[in-house]
Amino acid sequence: MSVQELNTVFAKETFIGKRVTKPDAPDKATGRTVYINDMVVPRMLYGKILHSGRTHAKIVSVDTSAARALPGVHVVLTGEDIPELRFGPTRDNVPLKAGKVRCIRDEIAAVAAETEAIAEHAIELIKVEYEDLPAVFSPSEALREGAPVVHDDHPNNLSLHYEFSHGDVEAAERDSDIVVEHRFEVPYVTHCCMGPGCVIADFDTAGRLTIWSQTQYPYNFRMDLAPALGIHPGDIRVIQPPVGGAFGSKLDVYPFEPVCALLSRAAGRPVKLTFSREEEFINSPTRQPVEFRIRSGVNMDGALTFRRVDALLNNGAYTSWGPTTPVIQMRTFTGHFRVPAVEYHAQAVYTNSVYAGSFRGYGNVQATFVTASVMDMLAEEVGMDPIAFRLRNAQSSGEVTPQGSVLDDCRLAECIETAAEKTDFLRKHAEYAQARTRPGRIRRGIGIATSIHNAGGAKIHKSDGCGTILKLDDYARATLITGASEIGQGIDAVLTQIVMEELGIPKEDVTIVNNDTALGPWDVGVHASRTTFIAGNSALRAAKAARQQILNAAAKQSNVSASEMDLRAGHVVQADNGVAIVRLDRLLRQMHFAEEPELVMVSDYYEPNSVPEDRNHFGNLSAAWAHAAYVAEVEVDTETGEVRVLKMTAVQDVGRVINRLGIEGQIEGGISVSLGYALSEQLKMREGRVMNPSFRDYKVFTAPETPEIEIHFIESDCSEGPMGAKGIAELPAIVPAPAVANAVYNATGIRFFAPPLTPEKVARAIHEAGQPAAD
Amino acid sequence: MSPAIDIAFNLNGRTVQTRVAPAMTTLEMLRENFGLTGAKLACGEGECGACTVRIDGRTINSCLMFAADCDGREVQTIEGLASVGSLEVVQQAFVDFGAIQCGYCMPGMIMQARYIVDRHAGSGGELTRDDIARGLEGNVCRCSGYTKVVDAVAAVVLGEAG
Repeated sequence: MSVQELNTVFAKETFIGKRVTKPDAPDKATGRTVYINDMVVPRMLYGKILHSGRTHAKIVSVDTSAARALPGVHVVLTGEDIPELRFGPTRDNVPLKAGKVRCIRDEIAAVAAETEAIAEHAIELIKVEYEDLPAVFSPSEALREGAPVVHDDHPNNLSLHYEFSHGDVEAAERDSDIVVEHRFEVPYVTHCCMGPGCVIADFDTAGRLTIWSQTQYPYNFRMDLAPALGIHPGDIRVIQPPVGGAFGSKLDVYPFEPVCALLSRAAGRPVKLTFSREEEFINSPTRQPVEFRIRSGVNMDGALTFRRVDALLNNGAYTSWGPTTPVIQMRTFTGHFRVPAVEYHAQAVYTNSVYAGSFRGYGNVQATFVTASVMDMLAEEVGMDPIAFRLRNAQSSGEVTPQGSVLDDCRLAECIETAAEKTDFLRKHAEYAQARTRPGRIRRGIGIATSIHNAGGAKIHKSDGCGTILKLDDYARATLITGASEIGQGIDAVLTQIVMEELGIPKEDVTIVNNDTALGPWDVGVHASRTTFIAGNSALRAAKAARQQILNAAAKQSNVSASEMDLRAGHVVQADNGVAIVRLDRLLRQMHFAEEPELVMVSDYYEPNSVPEDRNHFGNLSAAWAHAAYVAEVEVDTETGEVRVLKMTAVQDVGRVINRLGIEGQIEGGISVSLGYALSEQLKMREGRVMNPSFRDYKVFTAPETPEIEIHFIESDCSEGPMGAKGIAELPAIVPAPAVANAVYNATGIRFFAPPLTPEKVARAIHEAGQPAAD
Repeated sequence: MSPAIDIAFNLNGRTVQTRVAPAMTTLEMLRENFGLTGAKLACGEGECGACTVRIDGRTINSCLMFAADCDGREVQTIEGLASVGSLEVVQQAFVDFGAIQCGYCMPGMIMQARYIVDRHAGSGGELTRDDIARGLEGNVCRCSGYTKVVDAVAAVVLGEAG
């Protein structure tokens, strides 16, 4: 070692909490990134699906002769050509339908052809004869005696039901000073991933499948896809090219994926199948629509006494994750604020409508719209302001909710107080309410909403773990192979920071590999705000093990002990004064080529200390819980009904910020989606058909509508989280919508029970309330 | 089959020739004939801006323009924005400000942002955040929530990101 190197001093540098740019951003900014939609595989054919377009019908005949005869067509498949391959969480779906159609999405036939145009033409040539059956579209109608039956093995149309009860609800209702009942209805909305649905499948000669997929849960995807193909999960390799968004929509197997694989097997060639935007709007999963009836009690001292919730879910024709969202809805109804007695009941009912999957916020979006609206109404009933009433009922650290969510470090009150203080909430709230009676076309309003969400994963499977393999090469370049998927959310940056922090190497020297199930160790998937927490913990443990191995090797050849060393800027240094001991790459080569050689190559599997729910829905489902309070400030045009959001203030317990850029991006993006839910987005259904399958008629938020956003992080330093961090990405998509509804109430005195608060809905309500615009 | 059309135009600074079907869109031509997959097909009806490219300096939805109409024009795609191996100032700002998450809409968004900046440069007036946001109205992003996109463009306008 040179004398100069020995004299070099490296100060401690931390990368946690900094603004670290996404490693894949430069390629994305220059158009170099090859998304799955951009991929071409040699020998590839193009697949297309014939969807029924009918809601409930008998399939009398399918004539594919003209399609088969079309030059360039390789394969035509119908439900009659394959065995009944049941798949889905309750095994009620099949890739291609035979005998009967249950909703407009039903896949009747599929084609693989030389070009997409030929495949489309072949689809048009398929003649299907249907015999329409009486159909049912609303869950309450589907429950009636004599209603059309969607699945013969479910004669009452009941798909799933959930029950939870805690405390003596009857007595609590009897003893309450005030009891109120409200009904809410939340709509169908859809993810609108910018990259439309796409899959490429290729069976090899041994019958093993390689599938290039948009999935956000690659490991269990194999398990769920296998029954849809009648093959072993072990024979499926999932490769994940970059995707154009996911947001929960790729957390299940949907029929187009096995259909594409079946085409590939029949053709003996790779097949790519891509949705058009219209197909995407119609055929991709939605968020679960729910009709709620909620009875709530409160005493005049402001204490909540009970909640009784009935949730009716339109299951649609098949079951994906939408009808299972009660699992998370329930946690909010039972556990958000101190409620001594609580009862929750949910039914998911089969209809001939389209079906829902998971969508960022998973059930809590729906539950929080209800609870946050009801909290404001109850506050008014007892004559308290929205802040004092919430603080009166907020839990403290150490409390356990009726379902067993352990709030070991509860920052709910701090979130509420911070939000109120930063927005001057009470003054504005009182002022705007008073101004309602004054003339003027434009009214202002301010509203708050809060919620709780799992922030340390959610153990809905037997394991909620994530695996990591970390290796360092002879040049001190690290490769971190993680089970965690990157779908745009930025786990690549977070894991890179963790490696940088522990190993003292620069960002450019870290490579994250996470796109192939043949390489990566298992992970549940990107959902439940879990990835930073779970994959972060696993990466941190792997990095600490690698660090220890390096320091032990360095200690062997110096007179400094491992505990007195640190890794900084590509060097092993003395921790106290930062003086370099040896260059890291040199040390790694010495270790590698020593008489007793060793490579730095460690693995870790992290399993959080959460537990699955028992049969009674009890158990600490997540290793951490987090709260948030969001405040919306709005302007309502009483003439047009237009609601303009002027400002959103976000206050959220994030444990600790790891990547400031990434966490702000998650909050801002979540707010945008939630504001769409509040004000503009709805997949309009008429008799089971989607009426607005385009960006022209389905209004997502755009840049000019985006309000000013102010973010305040509550850093509670979670003892279980990596570097103290909690999961954060769903609360921003959950809490803003009801804050807007509460702000509109503050502005107009009108309560809305069914988002979105479109201009026509708001204008009509104002008119009906006898508040025509003044002036 | 309708007859193919031979066209010649300037693509990202080079003269190119190609043969296109009459119904082929500019987006299809860029992706299929030239392998330029930066511009994306996301809606196919001019509603989302993911396919935005510049023709003779102006931004267009390339999914709506016939390829044959590129004949004799100057076409710039995201791939032609920066010189080889570098990022152009708007691209760099999008990276630095964390505007990019899944990134699927970003080639279109960045082309529109560059257009907004260029158009402003000649005007001599002030360009507010609202002006920038209005200029980006035709570009849908489902990840970022637009705040960091507008931050990035505003910084370029102020010359901070240069």
